[in-house]
Amino acid sequence: MLSTFNFRVIIDYLPLFFEGFLATLWISAVAMAAALAVGIVACILRISSLRCFTWPSTAYIEIIRSTPLLAQLYFFYFGLPSLGIRLTEYQTGIIALALNSGAYIAEIIRAGILAVHPGQVEAGIAFGLNFFQRMRYIILPQAIGTTIPPLLGQGIVLVKDSALLSLISVFELTRVGQMMASERFMPAEGFFTTALCYLILYYILKFLSRRWQGRLVAQRAV
Amino acid sequence: MWEFYFERLVQSLPSFLKGIWVTVQVSGLSLVFGTLLGLAAGILRTRHFKPLRAVIAAYVDLVRGTPYLVQIFIFFFILPEWGVQLEAFAAAVLSLTLYAGAYICEIVAGGIESVPAGQWEAAKSSGFNWLQQMRLIILPQALRTILPPLVGQYVLLIKDSSIVSVIGLTDVTRVGWLTVQRIPEGLMVFGLVGALYFCVCYPLIRLSGWFERRLTIQELKL
Repeated sequence: MLSTFNFRVIIDYLPLFFEGFLATLWISAVAMAAALAVGIVACILRISSLRCFTWPSTAYIEIIRSTPLLAQLYFFYFGLPSLGIRLTEYQTGIIALALNSGAYIAEIIRAGILAVHPGQVEAGIAFGLNFFQRMRYIILPQAIGTTIPPLLGQGIVLVKDSALLSLISVFELTRVGQMMASERFMPAEGFFTTALCYLILYYILKFLSRRWQGRLVAQRAV
Repeated sequence: MWEFYFERLVQSLPSFLKGIWVTVQVSGLSLVFGTLLGLAAGILRTRHFKPLRAVIAAYVDLVRGTPYLVQIFIFFFILPEWGVQLEAFAAAVLSLTLYAGAYICEIVAGGIESVPAGQWEAAKSSGFNWLQQMRLIILPQALRTILPPLVGQYVLLIKDSSIVSVIGLTDVTRVGWLTVQRIPEGLMVFGLVGALYFCVCYPLIRLSGWFERRLTIQELKL
């Protein structure tokens, strides 16, 4: 199997893989930041008691969660130009990724807030704190810790999902693998190197998530 | 112009329905095989046999750490190099099975570990052998933890099956991609694709939520 593996070509392509690695990294970082913003807004609207806010954000979350990212990506890629909106492939891809992850992040944050014991909220009310003070001093400090591991998990999902951007000709890790497959006819070398790069990112994020979880357990024990 | 395209889209509705049928077939088959694989791997992972655990952990990490897009490229482009010729359908089902199996393995192992150790001890002292302990005592209780995320995983599987369109399998995403070349109304075409996915996935999401509510209420009663 590995006897036919051509390591020289991989070394030739190493600079390109490094560029692809960085591209995947910054695309994911930008999309994650945007997704956090989208998710926080969607979550606030969802838990608000006003029907006119709850309904659209629920519809957004449910629609995103029950359709594939690839269909969403093509929806924006092929659909936005017919509305007269012209964006680069990078912008289209990042928007699709951010809107997709935003829905999941909204649910993660909502779960974190709902997991705070109702007695805490009642105590806040008894102290005479208003809604924002309760959020700021009682609910969020307790909710943020528990949401970090699932948020990092969503980060892993987002890094992997960003591979789909290669299908709308965005330059990133998977694209480099495809280039190696089509230029040198070496799909094995190309895609195994690509997979290895993703694994590196995966292990870093997994390590961070584990450490945070350990800290949470330690905090609870005190 | 818009009405003209809409009429043509309605005319090509049968091919979309055929596409969603392919999606259901591919994801249904890999759902069954993936559940069997994940169940076996998950049960074996909870046995205290180190080499086996290491192999299963490596498999799970390899699958979870790389994008499915890269995995299907590996199956479709690299297996032929090693003399294994697979049709697009077989490659899709095989790769989706291995993909789903890894996630289901985690869910099953987590569910089994959530059963209190006392149950194992009680089963052992009742004279059950390992298979009986697993089948009669542990799995029925673990099922309560396993079921909601398992159905959620099925939804992810159906959505991720859209990626098999890149190796030329005419599932509903590929039908959309082919149609958008003739009918350049991306919003309309992929809106339809999304609606078809929604019809399949949304009931499953509701089912997962229903399981979650029902099974947690049961737990409170106990």
